[in-house]
Parts: sequence; structure tokens; C-alpha cells
Amino acid sequence: MSSRERILGRVRRALADVPDDDPPYERAVTRGYAREHGRRTVAETVELLAENLADYRATVHRCADGQLPDLLMRLLAARGSRSVVVPPGLPPGWLAAVDATRVHDRAESTAHELDRVDSVVTGCAVAVAETGTIVLDGSPDQGRRRITLVPDHHVCVVRVPDQVVSSVPQALERLDPSRPSTWISGPSATSDIELDRVEGVHGPRTLEVVLVED
Amino acid sequence: MSGMFVGMPAFPEAARTAVRDSTLRGNLRHATHTIRDKRARAVAELDDWAALREAGKQVKDHTLRHLDRYLVQVEEAVTAAGGTVHWAADAEEANRIVADLVKATGESEVVKVKSMATQETGLNEALEAEGIRAYETDLAELIVQLGKDRPSHILVPAIHRNRGEIRDIFRSEMGEWGRPAPENLTDTPAELAEAARLHLREKFLRAKVGISGANFMVAETGTLVVVESEGNGRMCLTLPETLISVVGIEKIVPTWQDLEVFLQTLPRSSTAERMNPYTSMWTGTTDEDGPRTFHLVLLDNGRTDTLADEVGRQALRCIRCSACLNVCPVYERAGGHAYGSVYPGPIGAILSPQLRGTGSEIDASLPYASSLCGACYEVCPVAIDIPEVLVHLRERVVQGGPAVRQGNKVVLKPAKGHAAERAAMRAAQWAFTHPGALRTGQRLASRTRRLHPRTLPGPGRAWSGSRDLPEVPAEPFRDWWQRTHGGKDGAK
Ligand code: SF4
Repeated sequence: MSSRERILGRVRRALADVPDDDPPYERAVTRGYAREHGRRTVAETVELLAENLADYRATVHRCADGQLPDLLMRLLAARGSRSVVVPPGLPPGWLAAVDATRVHDRAESTAHELDRVDSVVTGCAVAVAETGTIVLDGSPDQGRRRITLVPDHHVCVVRVPDQVVSSVPQALERLDPSRPSTWISGPSATSDIELDRVEGVHGPRTLEVVLVED
Repeated sequence: MSGMFVGMPAFPEAARTAVRDSTLRGNLRHATHTIRDKRARAVAELDDWAALREAGKQVKDHTLRHLDRYLVQVEEAVTAAGGTVHWAADAEEANRIVADLVKATGESEVVKVKSMATQETGLNEALEAEGIRAYETDLAELIVQLGKDRPSHILVPAIHRNRGEIRDIFRSEMGEWGRPAPENLTDTPAELAEAARLHLREKFLRAKVGISGANFMVAETGTLVVVESEGNGRMCLTLPETLISVVGIEKIVPTWQDLEVFLQTLPRSSTAERMNPYTSMWTGTTDEDGPRTFHLVLLDNGRTDTLADEVGRQALRCIRCSACLNVCPVYERAGGHAYGSVYPGPIGAILSPQLRGTGSEIDASLPYASSLCGACYEVCPVAIDIPEVLVHLRERVVQGGPAVRQGNKVVLKPAKGHAAERAAMRAAQWAFTHPGALRTGQRLASRTRRLHPRTLPGPGRAWSGSRDLPEVPAEPFRDWWQRTHGGKDGAK
């Protein structure tokens, strides 16, 4: 007997007490919880996102659409970044004013190559106000998962209010489970040494989020 | 279960030693109280907590009651998404499957994300025996691994170590495993974390094989979810060419939508955050993004035996948040090592004896490692009635009765004469000689009176069979004394 059959057989015998007419999933689970917490205007939701991002030590910037290229140029210059990874579908105008060397997100590039790059700039799939989370799903403006992981500085652009939702349930509704996703709430952090919080053990130590108003 | 620490003394003995270790006690107290207080605030932010908890319980219960169906569904979905599914009846089989998969890649090194399932199976040791070196990449696990030590907490496994000890371990051991610690390393957490970053980055960048567990797997879509803080998880899950995930069969949720419950309750219960810094979700393999080969190993290792127990089954709802550890007065004093398994604290006290059976002295004593104060049940985000299972397991230890071991029905003999009695009496004696533990236990006990058994479990049953236990008073005498007299004469 294969282990598959053995385990499934054990499960079935273990569940002999469960009646055939046990309530189906739809009736067994009552979702009495809220779809979002509290009532807010759209502007307040964006404000809450900014607050919660900052609370988790991401640096938050806000600008109008037209100011984005200039702001991105200043953010990279302030860090002295000489190279920046660019996902294939990043709107070309965003980095128009940036003079750092562009490194394209290619399947062939190695992790070691990425390790030598200073910064990465991406869009996002959705941002969650209540938790201060940005979610990336590998769409062309976000690139492969590793490009937002290996470089030490990640600048993520969120279009507000379009890409902002209030809550985790609302975010999941917008995502496609077949795409790999990365949920990011503040920069990498650890509290393993006497519970003192230290930023950035492995992921980018600096996370900057730009809220762009359309 | 090879995660059993060989030669482990029974809980009361191990606890007695731990209680004398003042560093351990100080660290634990600080850790559990800090996390506990923060958690209460994080939970208070959500006014629908009770409903989320109820939904979490229902989702998990329903899944367990139809686990065969969901296992087949998750297998189909993962396979359709480009992954390969393996089934492991026990630890040995899981380890063999993983070792063979690693060998097939031609590699002799793997990077690992912290995973309780692989700790439970003793995977690292099994790989080492096959000439494969497994690097733990979670900072705390690294500290534990370098220090040739054992984890003492689910969430903060190295909580028993001070910064000075960590510096010494890094200085003397890092060179053995790869990039040595910097010459003049101090004991500031930032410098220690930086040393770990450099040491591990060297491994991440060249790793070809990653090994992980998973917090959840979604039956409907075949999606796996890993929740973490440091980014070492993302490194292991996305940089290698081959990814092997070893996941307990109880980790299934039926639908994508179910994640909305657990992604709200897990971080708040666990690290007391609104959301943990990183969550990774993947479904099989994705062209040119992340590992090209993905293997899922579904692990039984005593879970189906646990499932067969209608009372004990609920332990399989556990999402390993560790909230129950942080409120447990016994854990706070005894420390994680005393439980003799990878699952410490209240959840360990009900899970380990079910996964492993109650044959050994340590496992027979674990159901007594509790004051039955009920605090663990109150914080549990999936409402596992830990006291109920403890009492049930005590009965089983003492009275024997039907159980299932490795899929077979067995009738357990009552742990005659001394074994059980000794375990129980030692535990009781331990509590009575540690008034701090007892006091905390009693205070919480008054708040949770309705949870208390009306008869004494274990060896006391014969006595209480014909008597009702006295009601636990609404306010313990000590508290009343404190309140009414304590202030005046400063009595402590
Ligand atoms: S038993 Fe409940 S509180 Fe304890 S770790 Fe599991 S889910 Fe968390």
C-alpha cells in the first residue's frame, strides 16, 4: 500500500464519527466578522494607510502624478544609489529624471548580480490600509519576487486611491491566487535578540512607499 | 517521533531544574509579559475578534472533519500548478523523501526556513547522516543551531539566550559554518543582526535547494502560505532552483477566502502586530519567477492518530501562534525545554502526547504540566479548549482505554501504580513548592471557573468520584488578603 493510501485510509477511519449529513462548508462556516473595521471616507482610508505604513517604519511620501519622476529621482539621489533594478512593465516615465544605471529584471541575472544593485523601484497590486501592507503579485510593473528582496532599498509606488483597500478580506478579493504574491508590512525586522526590534536582517532595510494621487 | 529528545527527564524534573535557572526565568518572564501585553492591544483593535475566532475555529473544524476530501483536493491543485506531491506516514519517511529529493539535485547543502514540521521529524540530523548540510536561516534558529542547542519557544526559539551569549556563540561558531563573525563584534542587537545578515547572505545567494514548512495550504487553489518577519523565508522560497515544503496534513484551509480569517488572527495573536513584515504565497511553480521545481511533502506522523480522538482532535486546529505559551504560568517558569518536544507550553502539553502516544514518562507527565487555569483557552485564536483536552489525556494516562496508534486501534493499559501517580504527584508537588506558579494559576482560575472539571482527573478521580470539587472562589484568598490587608502591613 502506498503511503498516500495508508494516510487517506487512516483519515477515513479516524473520521468514522462524522455523519454523512455533516453540514457542508457553506453552512459549517459562519462569517460573522467584519469586511472592514470602522467607517472611513476614501481620503481617511488613504490617511490610515500612510499612518500604519509609518508605524511599521516604512518611509511614506505623497505626491501628485506629475511630480513622481522628480520625487523618485530625489529619493534615489538621497541614498546615493548608482544602480536601480527596473521591472519590465514599470511606466517608462517614472524613472525619466533618474540618472542611476538601470538594471533590467531578467530571468538570467543571478542573485549575486542583484546583490550589487543599490535600489529597486516597483508598483504594487494592492495596499491594505488597516494593516499598513503593500502586496506585490509579480505583475509587469513589479517584476520577479527576488528583485524586491535582494537590493537593500525598495521604493514602492502606490496609486491612491485606486490601489488602496481598507482590509485584508478586501485585498484577497482583488488578488489572483495563481500569481505568486508577497505581502510587505514595513521593512524586514527581527525581535529575536532580547526582543529588541532590529530592522533588516535579510530583506531590504529601507522601504519607501510613494502614494501617488491620480 | 524522532523529535523526541532522547533521555529527556519527565516534565516535573525538567521543570524543577529550569526554575532554578534565573537567567532563563528572567528572559522568559520578560518575553512572555512583553508579547502578552502587546497582543492584548493588537487584538483590542479589532472589534470583531470573537467572530474571527469563531470563524477560524469553524473553518479548521470543518476541514478536519472532511480532511480526506481536502487532502485529495490540495494534491490535485498543487499538481495542476506544476508541483509534485509526496505523502509521508511518519518522520522517517518524510526525511527519506526529502533526502532523496535533495540528492537528486546533486547538491549537498540546503537553506531552511524555520519550520516546526521539520523540527518534529528531526530533518536536519537525518540530512546530516546522508551527508547533506542544512542551514537554519531564521536568526533565532541560527543562534540555536550555532549554539548546538534546542529551541525553547515556538516564536522566539532563542529567548533563553542573552545578547552576550549570542555574541560569544557567533564569535566562536560562525567560522565553522561559513563566513566568520567580524573581529570586533559587540553585543548590540543591531551588530549581531548585521553579522547574521552577512553570514547568511553568502548562503542564500548560492543556495540551489530550499526547504520550508507552511502556515497554510489552500485546498481549492493549491496555494501555500508562509508568514514571517525577517525575509529569510522569502530568500529560501524564491532564490533556490528547487523548493521542498514539508507540511502537516492539518494545515489545510478549504478556500482562498479562508485566508482572510487567519491573516488577521495569526499575526495579532503571535507577534502582536497588525501584520507580520512578510507573507509569501505561491501556487505550484511560476515561469521564470522563483524555483522551477516544487515538491510538497504531506506529513502524517501521528496526526491521523490525533484525529481519531474526538476530544483531542481539536489540537489539530492549532495555527502555532504561541499565544498560549505567553499566558501560561507554568511555561513562564518552567521554560520551553522542560516539555521535551518541539511543541512547548500548553499546546505542547496536549499535542506531543497525542502525536507520540503516552508511552514514555515525559509524554505521560505532559498532561499534568498545567494548573488548568484556562488562560490558554481564552487567548487561543482558534478556541482550542486546552484544559478540556488536558483533563481528557490525564484520564487516558491513568485509566487507559481505546486509542489509535499508527493507524491501529489499541487499548491502552492504565498506567498502573506509580508511573502516572508519580507523574501527577510530582507535577502537583512542583506547583505547590513554587507558590508563584500556583498564585498566578489560582487568580486566573477564578476568572475561568466555568471551565473547571467537576471531578478530579487522574489518580484523584476515585476520591472525587463521590464528591463534587469545591467551587473555585470568585476571588482567591491571596488576592482578597492583598486587597484588604496587603496595603496596610506591606505583606507580600
Ligand atoms: S493552541 Fe491556540 S494559542 Fe496555542 S499556539 Fe495553537 S493556535 Fe496559538
